Amino acid sequence: MSIFVTKDTKLVIQGITGRDGSFHAKQALEYGTRVVAGVTPGKGGQTFEGTVPIFNTVDEAVRSTGANTSVIYVPAKFAADAIFEAADAGVALVVCISEGVPVLDMTRVMPYLQEKGVRLIGPNCPGLISPGQGKVGIIPGRICAEGPVGVVSRSGTLTYEVVYQLTRAGIGQTTCVGIGGDPIIGTNFIDCLEAFEKDPATKAIVMIGEIGGTDEQNAAEFVRAKVKKPVVGFIAGQTAPPGRRMGHAGAIISGSSGTAAEKIAAFETAGIAVMKRPADVVALIQERL
Amino acid sequence: MNLHEYQARELLRRAGVPVPPGEVATTAAEAKAVAERLGRGKVVVKAQVHVGGRGKAGGVKLADTPDQAKEVAGKILGMKIKGLTVEKVLIAPAAEIVSEAYVGVIVDRTSQSPVFMVSPAGGIDIEEVAAKTPEKIFKARVDARYGLLQHQAMALAFTLYSDVALVRQAAVILQKLYRAFVDAGASLAEINPLVVTPANEVVALDAKIVVDDNELERRPDIEALRDVSAENPFEVLAREANLTYIKLEGDVGCVVNGAGLAMATMDLVKYYGGEPANFLDIGGSSNPEKVVTALRIITADPNVKAILFNIFGGITRCDDVANGIVTATKQFTVKVPIVIRLTGTNEEAAVRILEGVGMKAGTDMDEAVKKAVEAAKKGAAA
Repeated sequence: MSIFVTKDTKLVIQGITGRDGSFHAKQALEYGTRVVAGVTPGKGGQTFEGTVPIFNTVDEAVRSTGANTSVIYVPAKFAADAIFEAADAGVALVVCISEGVPVLDMTRVMPYLQEKGVRLIGPNCPGLISPGQGKVGIIPGRICAEGPVGVVSRSGTLTYEVVYQLTRAGIGQTTCVGIGGDPIIGTNFIDCLEAFEKDPATKAIVMIGEIGGTDEQNAAEFVRAKVKKPVVGFIAGQTAPPGRRMGHAGAIISGSSGTAAEKIAAFETAGIAVMKRPADVVALIQERL
Repeated sequence: MNLHEYQARELLRRAGVPVPPGEVATTAAEAKAVAERLGRGKVVVKAQVHVGGRGKAGGVKLADTPDQAKEVAGKILGMKIKGLTVEKVLIAPAAEIVSEAYVGVIVDRTSQSPVFMVSPAGGIDIEEVAAKTPEKIFKARVDARYGLLQHQAMALAFTLYSDVALVRQAAVILQKLYRAFVDAGASLAEINPLVVTPANEVVALDAKIVVDDNELERRPDIEALRDVSAENPFEVLAREANLTYIKLEGDVGCVVNGAGLAMATMDLVKYYGGEPANFLDIGGSSNPEKVVTALRIITADPNVKAILFNIFGGITRCDDVANGIVTATKQFTVKVPIVIRLTGTNEEAAVRILEGVGMKAGTDMDEAVKKAVEAAKKGAAA
């Protein structure tokens, strides 16, 4: 099993003819993901790579193909509308890869999605992959392998680093989810922890956080109260100065809150095994499987 | 992006918030002229720099006459506050104050909404009020689809004043502040202090607005307010090349793809006994030119004794990064050792490119960081 993306995922790609969209659509197809439709306004009726039908709207795409998941590769200023469009078309899961989405746009998107009961992953995220079943987003398929570990992270390439270390050591994954580095995101650590806890195939969880906000602290409290499976954690940004945005819009220490030290302490209190460096993941997981 | 106080005041004024007059000066003579235009009365001269605690640092002073304004401005202009040189001062009439309050709106991560915070204990650092007397802070969550509702604004205003005439004025100001917040694409907009004058008028004395960088592309009028002179020149150069660079105090220069991995790399430098000289994220899609600019910025930092590349190729292609390194070393001399770790997309091609010019690359992050830390230590000892 896995979470959020399975063999039943039928994917529509918003922005399939763009530079990023077309590149990652090919990768998703090669990985064996069921890419059933693409959307680019004005290119309806064409096909992508000769196999995937392109529609003008997400609504048409969903009605014609039964797509249940959407992934968004449109420029940031159009991303909020693309999320609204996907939600209105009736998909259950929207994954927004676009980076640079204005945070005020997200304050309007989130209550709308909650009322509709639509799950969003991202924005500003690498998406997710369930090895052997499908990938939605940009996580490279070849660094993953099927196995018992669930991975959830706010980062992109740091996730790849950790997943690659696991895979090289012969430890595969159920699902790897990149939840995104923005201050307002759809799916958070707790949502993923809850799903991994319920997923029978997941035997251990890796959680990769960073400075800024209180999501990791809240997640630690959730782990203490609700998660029985072993959890291994990492926090990036121990050397980050306060008040500076460290690349990710959400990675900022405000005043004295959101520091790595505070998050690591919360992990330790909750019984989460803390990795001092990314390479520690292998030993810590091996001890717990 | 932070706006200066005078810019924030102007945005509030345009949104209809009552803001006392005031003008900016860059020289002492200009300051005198402004004080004269303001009616020759008592004025306050305020340093315009992007740091808090200006008053404590001596960057805010009163002047009774235009001549005194000239003298005071002459002292404040050019002074350094927390490392930043004061290039501009704001001159405004010294207001008579009956009471001071705080009102502000931020994008709150937890509730995923704009949240208003107000306090009758204004004029001082609001974080301090929140820490010491949280009962003096009142909040209201805004549904961004509808904005700050009239009744919410009134309820907040009633926590500040008991006189209903003042409450009504404050409620209008709160709704206009929200308008200014949205129109600027801000992540924070605050008035501190919001004061009551002896004439029973509620006015904004000081304002602060922080704009969400992601809004700037669609708000050229706000982008035009950027004060490049108030920023580190290399951070400006980096931003123009679509890189994120933050200068730190150590001696191991870091070039990494991805923000999380960049932070983890800095942390690992520290773990192995070194100190990172910077945060630098070359971003997702690679381009050899970006790598050249990155190296130009890092080699300009005299503290740097070794340079560490840590690239995990996904969208970023390792061969692009290798080409960038080779191009850079042809364009200018890199005097310190470069340690390269790359793995992922087009790794083999990258290794060939680097070997072609006698450079080596490894695939293990820990080994590369250890090597870079050692090289920096040798460089520092030499």
